[in-house]
Amino acid sequence: MIYYTLKRLGLALLVALTVSFISFGLLYLSSDPAIAMAGETASDADIEAIRKLYGFDRPILVQYLDWLQRALSGDLGKSYYFRTDVSALIGERLPTTMTLGVCAITFAIVLSVPLGVAAAIRPNSLIDRLALFLSVMGQALPSFWFALMLIVFLSVNLRLLPTSGSDTWLHFVMPTVVLGYYAAPAIMRLTRTGMLEVLSTDYIRTARAKGLRPWVVLFKHALRNAIIPVVSLAAVQFGFMLGGSIVVETIFALHGAGFLAWESITRNDLPTVQGLILVFSLFYIVLTFFADLLNAWLDPRIRIN
Amino acid sequence: MKKRLLLAITSIALATGASGIVHAGKSDDTLNVAIDRELESIDNYYNTAREGIVISRMVWDALLYRDPATNEYLPNLATSYNWVDSKTLEFDLRKGVTFHNGEKFDADDVVYTLTYISNPENGAKPARNVNWWDSAEKLGDYKVRLNLTKEFPAALEFLSGPIVMYPNEYYAEVGPEGMAMKPVGTGPYAVTSVEPGKRYKFKKNDNYHASSPKGQASIGNIVIRTIAESNTQLAELFSGGVDWIWKVKPDQAQRISAQGQFTVKNASTMRIGYLNFDAMGRHSENPMNDVRVRRAIAHAIDRESIVNALVGGESIVVHSLCFPSQFGCTQDVPKYDYNPEKAKQLLAEAGYPNGFETPFLAYRNRDFAEAMINNLNAVGIKTNFEYLKYAAFRDKVQDGGSPFNFGTWGSYSINDVSAITSHFQSGGKDDYSKDAEVIKQLGIGDSSVDPQVREDAYKAALSRISDEVFMFPLWSYNTWYAFSKDVDFTPTSDEIPRFFTAKWN
Repeated sequence: MIYYTLKRLGLALLVALTVSFISFGLLYLSSDPAIAMAGETASDADIEAIRKLYGFDRPILVQYLDWLQRALSGDLGKSYYFRTDVSALIGERLPTTMTLGVCAITFAIVLSVPLGVAAAIRPNSLIDRLALFLSVMGQALPSFWFALMLIVFLSVNLRLLPTSGSDTWLHFVMPTVVLGYYAAPAIMRLTRTGMLEVLSTDYIRTARAKGLRPWVVLFKHALRNAIIPVVSLAAVQFGFMLGGSIVVETIFALHGAGFLAWESITRNDLPTVQGLILVFSLFYIVLTFFADLLNAWLDPRIRIN
Repeated sequence: MKKRLLLAITSIALATGASGIVHAGKSDDTLNVAIDRELESIDNYYNTAREGIVISRMVWDALLYRDPATNEYLPNLATSYNWVDSKTLEFDLRKGVTFHNGEKFDADDVVYTLTYISNPENGAKPARNVNWWDSAEKLGDYKVRLNLTKEFPAALEFLSGPIVMYPNEYYAEVGPEGMAMKPVGTGPYAVTSVEPGKRYKFKKNDNYHASSPKGQASIGNIVIRTIAESNTQLAELFSGGVDWIWKVKPDQAQRISAQGQFTVKNASTMRIGYLNFDAMGRHSENPMNDVRVRRAIAHAIDRESIVNALVGGESIVVHSLCFPSQFGCTQDVPKYDYNPEKAKQLLAEAGYPNGFETPFLAYRNRDFAEAMINNLNAVGIKTNFEYLKYAAFRDKVQDGGSPFNFGTWGSYSINDVSAITSHFQSGGKDDYSKDAEVIKQLGIGDSSVDPQVREDAYKAALSRISDEVFMFPLWSYNTWYAFSKDVDFTPTSDEIPRFFTAKWN
């Protein structure tokens, strides 16, 4: 297990390093950050001054190594745009994204696991069809459209919820539903499939034959086994929610890390984009790492192979 | 049971949401404004966004103030000014003005501000705003002298807007980062709260100096929030979350206007569109080197129809390379009507009876560009259209990578021809013609303080640019504003909303 853990850890670090280098190179190649920083009204002298001031005239590899050296010591540099520390900037925006991510994954699990179980208990029934309908809708609805429909209905027409912002918990209701609903179908379908598979196994038949009460068979014996891949999927979905909430954050003006990422990309704020990519990729890597460990702990065949 | 449940949920939502759903408006004397971009800083000298300029006019004052209606320079923090010679300006300063933090305004503040921002090491932006004087001298507690590095007739324009005065003691203590978090000025509004990039709160300055040409603010509080998504801005307007939005898309503006619930206004801006031709062959030997081809393109593009069908609002076709309100911007230059037959004839004369194929670049308004492409196709000119991000567009254009391109320029809202024509046609990187006569005339216009000499020189330059079609001006741009019927607001053509003139109906 220790060897397996170290191997996965080494792999995770290599992934983080590769992601950081590729993203740095792509950002550098996409356009001249000095022009983007200087803005549309800047003169040539402004742009040249910025190029020298920020060291954009140095080779890309030198710039990357310089960044990496500082990043390893915890310094992600200064935002070209806000002129503040990137780590402080990300730290300021991350709580909003984390709140949204936790709420959304909770919503997705609370919605999809019971529905998935119910659908598996009675396959091809009305509830199974309803679960399928909700799942297809969740995958088919574009987030931005769903978000705008909720805004029109709940904010503009009924005036029940605030349209945008992050001042109170009410501001998080619609973003949670939109982001969580997008993740729910996969969890729901996996729960249903897992439960169907487990419910047809011999040990469940045996448990039933022993006269155990149905809910004990269902939740104690069946769901505990069926939920294992769902936990792994939920971990990955949570990672996606932290890094992929750009649309939701933009529409609901949440000013979280996702919105910061989008804005930073459009204005070529390289240190901020680079810092965010590092943070988001670390989230993914850590979550995947723990999911791997969990799976290995649950299933010895994985760590032996 | 179901009704009870729904009632309960609604009641909870309303009760708990009372603090969440912020209703805008007149009742709490707070004007809620939405903008679509995060501001880098609201320190006037470390910000180039238009929204930053809007805030700057609210919080700080300049020595002079340009009346947007008459374009006249009125005294503000200075009571009078005097050109000692063509490179020396003296100002008498207003007494009894205080900054929001209680600091007294005097000559030390002016000298400090001008010295600080003109020092390249401090990196004040944009550089062209602050690089035209050599030094500022204190001649008395309320008298200063500005020594210019060169003759710079647009000095008054800069000193009436972008160059605002900072409190010397406070700024020396807190610097740009402190000023961005707790801005202090003499303006009609004081900043009460800053959430960087997210929200800014302002309160009317009750001690604002009575003689300011800006007048006393009427609305007690202003909150400016960043809401990037235009549909969300609209939803906030409809649900009462905000009172005022701008840069509304034309189709949305029409729909809001048709509803009749809100006031929708349009105003022309100083931004104009243009085609820039590679007249001197920087890109390569190409058809644009021939003036007959350039004239053919000018005749081929139906500017009137594009303005009517696409640009809309208060936009107009412009005939010279500047916005009509700018000093020196005459429209009395050679003009090109829409005449495809004449265009074909000119192309044939230039040796292209069947037209030709050429690259064409743009970075904004794809629909306008495509309309022009259709016009060009009709006379036989096929384009390989490239739509780029601004940074990539500018890179390519300045490196000579474009036979002709479609661009726009906003002149930083500077009401002077030197902010546009001189930028593009004085021999710099954006100058694709480098015509000696044009450069000479612009040089005269840019360096004389005699208005008549300037006007004559600019007219000569603009006429030649138009006659040779070094650049082809297209149309002015416009901005749509939508706001609550409770608000009395008048937009201006310099695209700087002045909330200190707004009031409740």
